[in-house]
Amino acid sequence: MTARLSKYDPRPPVPKGQRLKTSAMIASLADEGMRTLAAPFGQALNKLAESNDKIVGITADLAKYTDIHVFRDKYPDRFYQMGMAEQVMISAAAGLAREGFTPFATTYAVFASRRAYDFICMAIAEEALDVKIVCALPGLTTGYGPSHQATEDIAIFRGLPNMTVVDPCCATDIMQATRAIADYKGPVYMRLLRGNVPDVLSEYGYEFELGKAKIVRDGADVLFISTGLMTMRVLEVSKKLASDRIDCGVLHVPTVKPLDVETIRREAAREGRLVVVAENHTTVGGLGEAVAGELMRNGIFPRFRQIALPDAFLDAGALPTLHDRYGLSVKAVLRQVKDWLGE
Amino acid sequence: MPGHQQFSNVSLEERAYRIRRYALRMGEVQGQGYIAQALGFADVLAVLYFHAATYKPEDPEWEGRDRIYLSIGHYAIALYAAMIEAGILPENELETYGGDGSRMPMSGMAAYTPGMEITGGSLGQGLGIAVGTALGLRRKDSQRFVYNLLSDGELGEGSTWEAAMSAAHHKLSNLIAVVDFNNQQADGPSQEMLCSEPLTSKWEAFGWHTQRVDGNNIAAVAEAFDKARSCEDDKPRVIICDTKMAKGVPFLEQRDRNHFLRVEADEWEKAIEILDGAQAK
Repeated sequence: MTARLSKYDPRPPVPKGQRLKTSAMIASLADEGMRTLAAPFGQALNKLAESNDKIVGITADLAKYTDIHVFRDKYPDRFYQMGMAEQVMISAAAGLAREGFTPFATTYAVFASRRAYDFICMAIAEEALDVKIVCALPGLTTGYGPSHQATEDIAIFRGLPNMTVVDPCCATDIMQATRAIADYKGPVYMRLLRGNVPDVLSEYGYEFELGKAKIVRDGADVLFISTGLMTMRVLEVSKKLASDRIDCGVLHVPTVKPLDVETIRREAAREGRLVVVAENHTTVGGLGEAVAGELMRNGIFPRFRQIALPDAFLDAGALPTLHDRYGLSVKAVLRQVKDWLGE
Repeated sequence: MPGHQQFSNVSLEERAYRIRRYALRMGEVQGQGYIAQALGFADVLAVLYFHAATYKPEDPEWEGRDRIYLSIGHYAIALYAAMIEAGILPENELETYGGDGSRMPMSGMAAYTPGMEITGGSLGQGLGIAVGTALGLRRKDSQRFVYNLLSDGELGEGSTWEAAMSAAHHKLSNLIAVVDFNNQQADGPSQEMLCSEPLTSKWEAFGWHTQRVDGNNIAAVAEAFDKARSCEDDKPRVIICDTKMAKGVPFLEQRDRNHFLRVEADEWEKAIEILDGAQAK
């Protein structure tokens, strides 16, 4: 990683053709040729709302950017626009839940986890109210810099009693997870990929189950334990490593809390594999540390490595560059895993 | 629907006296506490529970009740006293106040106490929850009100004003906020900590039907609640109640730092005697 230049150092002009866009709010995570689905969360919510009239939508000026505009347009009388006011948005969701409704509350992950945390903690989690908090821009999914990069949201919500934490990988995962969290009675924090979301897991015969980790592919040399969009990345990495005759398994863990400890212990205990936990989140307090703690407490000691964001405020810039810089891109993961295997 | 109180011959003054008395007895259990707030707010609570609100003491979760939210969790002692008087809580649990296993913890918690609807205490949350409840009641075509009890110190929390703006925006005429203005908070007089005045014009500017009354004048408070419930405006309503800390026990009223009162063991009995004496007159 190169040192950041001072803000007083002028930058050289960038030639046409080499310009990278920040593509902040609409950053697509789809690689070229990937199949995508539009607004999977909004589509899934609309489907659920047909048969469940208790579902209501609520947002803080981010309907369009959390895909709940799809629900707003179909069910305008079941949708609450609260303006740019996350604290009252979350509190009002609690009030609606108290009256028997199931609010899906959306904003960006930074605003839920930082601005509205005390309200989620006391008004919702402490009483285990049936509110689903669905947040776009989880981890590093924007080039806007730390104001919009929720690199520590999982750590924050993992620490919150009663809270279920879900980090789906792709469009199929989001659609199935939306149904599953609606069926579950209690507070949930779900990380959301929005817009045209790649559809990856459907080709693996995968099905989301709340609280379950799923083996997406099996392999003898490396076990990736991954969550969120990193499952997409490690599946790509696994394909590339297969051509080097390196056999990778992928255990997708969309429910980070409560953790499917049985499956994780069983898979990590299998002899001879390098265990790599991969997440779109800081190394502090996320899936990596959750898995490490679980394994240590149970006397399971595989070779253990972590792919995660550094414990730092990250740079602004273009997302693909940032994913390379901080180790989340396919290229970066591939290089890292090869290094570890060569140790 | 008539309020619960209207079937009773007991005067609101008598109710307020009994609420104060229960609060003092609970205070004595711990030897200290938010007793000055309870004494100061007793008249308002007497009006709320025995004049304004609809509820069934034997069924605190009855769908047809008015919702009463204690945003100011530390006023729990006052609410327990009112709820004992209302028959929602049993008098014989009064001595458990603040103890292990009690249903009456020091700060109000929904999971512990029948009739304690929300877990307040993290100040600045109640009004926002009440906004959602008011929206929910409207969705259900309910005619009930949600009352949110807050304090002048709590007005320092920005989230209260976020919620105030929101309630007006959504025209929540089924929401009644009650502000206990006793001008005391943990570090001193609230207007010296973070000035919230001019309060009437501030709430009006936020789009609320606003009244300010002497919170220790029962007739005035009752009239304000009547107006708040009956007025035709499509606005949320606020009643700012100026109250005197420790009202009814002069030697406690005179203590200048009485946010969290420490009272000597022999003073509790003296305080109750003063209350009883005044009531006998």
